[in-house]
Amino acid sequence: MNILVLVKQVPDISIIKIDPVTNTLVRAGVPSIVNPDDLAGVEEALQLKARYGGKVTVLTMGPQQAQNMLYSLYARGVDDAYLLTDRKFAGSDTWATSNILSSMIKTLPYDLIIAGYQAIDGDTAQVGPQIAEFLNLAQVTHVSKIIEVKDQKLIVEKKYEDDTHLLSVKLPCLITTLKSMNTARLMRADLAMDIEEKPIHMISLNDLEINETEIGLKGSPTRVKKTYTKEVIKRSSPIEITPKEAAMRILSLVK
Amino acid sequence: MSYQLYLEAVNDFTNRFVKPLAHQVDEEEIFPSDTVKEMALHGLMGIPFSKDYNGMGSTTKAYVDAVRILSQSCATTGVILSAHTSLASSPIDTFGTEEQKKKYLSKLCTGEYLGAFGLTEAGAGTDASMQTTKAIDKGDYFLLTGNKIFITNAGYADVYIIFAMTDASKGIKGISAFIIEKDFAGFTVGPKEKKLGIRGSSTCELIFRDVKVPKENLLGEVGMGFKIAMQTLDGGRIGIAAQALGIAEGAFERALIYIKKRKQFNKRIADFQNTQFAIADMKTKLEAGRLLLGQAASDKDQGRPYTVSAAMAKLYNSKIAVEITDQCIQLLGGYGYIRDYEIERYYRDAKITEIYEGTSEVQKMVIAGKVINA
Repeated sequence: MNILVLVKQVPDISIIKIDPVTNTLVRAGVPSIVNPDDLAGVEEALQLKARYGGKVTVLTMGPQQAQNMLYSLYARGVDDAYLLTDRKFAGSDTWATSNILSSMIKTLPYDLIIAGYQAIDGDTAQVGPQIAEFLNLAQVTHVSKIIEVKDQKLIVEKKYEDDTHLLSVKLPCLITTLKSMNTARLMRADLAMDIEEKPIHMISLNDLEINETEIGLKGSPTRVKKTYTKEVIKRSSPIEITPKEAAMRILSLVK
Repeated sequence: MSYQLYLEAVNDFTNRFVKPLAHQVDEEEIFPSDTVKEMALHGLMGIPFSKDYNGMGSTTKAYVDAVRILSQSCATTGVILSAHTSLASSPIDTFGTEEQKKKYLSKLCTGEYLGAFGLTEAGAGTDASMQTTKAIDKGDYFLLTGNKIFITNAGYADVYIIFAMTDASKGIKGISAFIIEKDFAGFTVGPKEKKLGIRGSSTCELIFRDVKVPKENLLGEVGMGFKIAMQTLDGGRIGIAAQALGIAEGAFERALIYIKKRKQFNKRIADFQNTQFAIADMKTKLEAGRLLLGQAASDKDQGRPYTVSAAMAKLYNSKIAVEITDQCIQLLGGYGYIRDYEIERYYRDAKITEIYEGTSEVQKMVIAGKVINA
């Protein structure tokens, strides 16, 4: 089966610091990593390939240095890699990004598209579902487990806050994955040593059938009006009572 | 780019599969078999050997960097890879026939086989010419009898490079090398030695009682054993130099974290000049050790003679490993002496690097011999 995995290079927020004066993220000197939900998707794709055969292709949109991330995925065992990069893509919101990625995906063979649930630097969780809409595909978000592929259907578990749904979805489809679903494999030292032999397909605007007015800052319907640091106002205080009394008090509040 | 990614891969590997186990491996004297399996899956078991035999097709430099990085967290894991690569796989790569390479090297490189090397005997340590293990030519096979001691990876290895006298009257020119499989009838492994350091590493006696060794398992030619052993140990010394440097680096990194946190007399101990001078001295030694190691690896990779540079790299790095781990314990004071703080393990692990694969005295003999007779 042909599996496309959408990946994004993000700053490692476990290391990132907040500038105490400006209250913004200090990005300088912070290493980049593969977005964790996306890396879980790559792992699932490689496991599906091991079970059913096929090919795993990763796609990313980003600056030139995102090549390094794609090389690190080659070292984990993916088969092919695309980098969609163009100055004209800059400023794209999630809709424009999904539009660009979809126009690329339309040219590739696939049975399954996997996207991470959300990126740790944006937390929008919009790109995966929007791509499914652009491509007119069935989608399952928040996938916490892939059970199997059977009769051209993918059987998955979808995670809710307090329960799990077992779903069957016809291929081709798009799913979004959660980092908690697996522990992604590490790079293999021997594959890492050989990455220079691996091709990265560089795709620019000219290679895509897409109108310049639909991408970048101008093609993005979303506008960021303001960013600010949320004030944390501590209003709650703990009350020590028995569980039964607590239940009664909550009930009276709900009523 | 690819080399950077390779180092990152080895680092990530060490952080996930080696570092979390290191304390337990030492404390309970566990041979880390699962880690060895993972090393195989991550492509680390045949770094400097040709892809024709399933190796990585890379360099001695890459191999010693792997041993160094593993040893920063666990010297036991470092020496398992070093003995496997330098002492078992390398002589087959250098002296083996095409058939031997296909049969053994290609499986050593994938990690399907683990390798070991047996030269030392109870009465033949530095003086390897005192071999009493004998291999008698019986026409169709050699009959091997004798005992080897202090053999790294013993009991876990599948393939052993064993040295034995084929003609005692010829002295060192009567020694030959053989490839011995663990399942050869008459070959048994003694109990695990209890050691000061690298306690997870398996060190045992090998016992050969009338072991029939097929003719095709002779490595090199009859009488070439001493040359094979010496050349193999030259390469092995680069691996042990890397292990020693890794031990020193690992202890240094731990001490560095501690001195920035620990406060006495209302300041960090890093703010005392005594600490700063110790850090400066150690860092300079580490850098010098790294350069000597790099020189030896580069000499081997470029096809230049490396006997002297390998001896110097091992002599120096094993010396600073002992010195630096000692000084790091001193910086941690009482905490350094407590086993849970792990620094004392580095101190115990460092000592062996001055002893095995040629003691420091042997390295000096090698270096002085070349200098004086040049």
